[in-house]
Amino acid sequence: MNPIIQVSGIRKTYGRTVAVDEISFEVNDGEIFGLIGPNGAGKTTTMECIEGLRTPDRGTISVLGLDPFSAVYKLQERIGVQLQQAQLQKRIKVWEAVDLWASLYRKNAADGERLLEQLGLIDKRNAWFMTLSGGQKQRLFIALALINNPEVVFLDELTTGLDPQSRRAIWDLVRSIRERGKTVFLTTHLMEEAERLCDRVAIIEHGRIIDIDRPENLVKRHCPERAVVLGTDDRTAEELFRAIPRVETVIRSDSQFTIRGQGDDLVTEVIHCLSENRIRVTDFRTILPNLEDVFIKLTGHSIRD
Amino acid sequence: MMLRGLLKLTWIELKIFLREPLGAFGTIVIPVLVFVVAGRLLGRGLAPSALAASSFVSVGLPVLASILISVTAVLSLVTIISIYREGGILKRLRATPLRPQTILTAHVLAKLLLTAATLALMVLAGKRYYPVGVHAPLFSFTVALLISTWSILSIGFLIASIVPTARFAQPIGAFILYPMIGVSGLFVPVESLPPALHALSRIVPLTYSVSLLEGIWKGDTWLAHVGDVAALVVVFVICTALSAKVFRWE
Repeated sequence: MNPIIQVSGIRKTYGRTVAVDEISFEVNDGEIFGLIGPNGAGKTTTMECIEGLRTPDRGTISVLGLDPFSAVYKLQERIGVQLQQAQLQKRIKVWEAVDLWASLYRKNAADGERLLEQLGLIDKRNAWFMTLSGGQKQRLFIALALINNPEVVFLDELTTGLDPQSRRAIWDLVRSIRERGKTVFLTTHLMEEAERLCDRVAIIEHGRIIDIDRPENLVKRHCPERAVVLGTDDRTAEELFRAIPRVETVIRSDSQFTIRGQGDDLVTEVIHCLSENRIRVTDFRTILPNLEDVFIKLTGHSIRD
Repeated sequence: MMLRGLLKLTWIELKIFLREPLGAFGTIVIPVLVFVVAGRLLGRGLAPSALAASSFVSVGLPVLASILISVTAVLSLVTIISIYREGGILKRLRATPLRPQTILTAHVLAKLLLTAATLALMVLAGKRYYPVGVHAPLFSFTVALLISTWSILSIGFLIASIVPTARFAQPIGAFILYPMIGVSGLFVPVESLPPALHALSRIVPLTYSVSLLEGIWKGDTWLAHVGDVAALVVVFVICTALSAKVFRWE
């Protein structure tokens, strides 16, 4: 894998507050990389250091082989940026914004009209920015981030404040950015977003990175627990369930059982037990841990706290 | 290439400003109205000969209206810059290859163009409705007004740097700029001000704007006002250097 972004030991303080402390990671070519953590964890500061908008107190950053501090304009030619909670001029028209942004780059810009079409904004091309909905504004910001055909796209809290439907539409757009061969670096505090979108994630809290990996690997590593919930009227079942290897607890309430244990094999073992003993079940589902559980495990609290 | 960005941004800022219903009214219509209406009210009681001799109607009022054009342009710049900062618009523009100074230059250009356009409108309205014919050297006067506006705009950037939020931009700007008109020598000659105000008037840039504009309007040569222009350039240099240090992008 070819690293596009290399961050090594960066630290950034505001007064006596340490926003980012000794952060290091790499982002590979063509992947969607997510920086996930609660608000105030240092996600935006880290991202803005990489974009060249802030200068870290210590550490080195390389993006596309460029130093974001000394080669900021060269870098900005080649990256696309969407900032958290940014606005545009209230009365700028959609097409004017795209046209203006296209004129700011030296290299040939993408076809603005086509971008608007792809992002479902073509009907709004003459609308003022202030009249757009939250989702439309975010799609316009994506258009502006893509206008210079960037090699890396930065998306900061892209779907915050959007309704679930707009959120899903934006996720599809982000995936389509990757499919065009671009690298995507995003921040989010939504675990579902990270899980569905990111190839790899870095979990950040209090300005430090706790762990980095593919979401499924993080889950496997930190939350090996599995649970099976099933319903049966079989009186003998409980003892049989307890005898399954690696089962830790079996909880029964009426005819519903919750079987908890470690490792991927738990589900197979339970199914094996059911068929071997010809236990008739009326319900069967598995509860798999997700990134949210990983986060709780690693930090001791939910990301929303 | 960056020139393309600068021109496009300036053009868009002008268009956006004209879409702002109150903004355009306040900065374009009000100074012209002050000029025409006050001129007619003052002129009504005077005989034509006295009118021609009234230096306030023939010189003071046009200069006052021009200073108003300039000051409202600066106030609107202060407001726009603070709104843009608060909304993250400045930051978003900085995340492009656009140089920071280009972003600010676009705003200066937009304001200078508006100033020139408003002045032209004032002269046109004056030709028709103003009691005293306009015989001033208009080209020189326009240049003088643009130099003066350009200099005060640098104060605008300084004010924009210190206002805490966009809500305070207009009042704080007005609080700093309007009293400057009072001691600028426009209503009371600088020499007859009390010593303290006299001293104040010498450090207020508008004093030099008024002196320059009055002189050029009356037909003085530029040579006679080198000192005023130099003072305005000094104000620009100092304020620009200061704002470069204290200007906040977010």
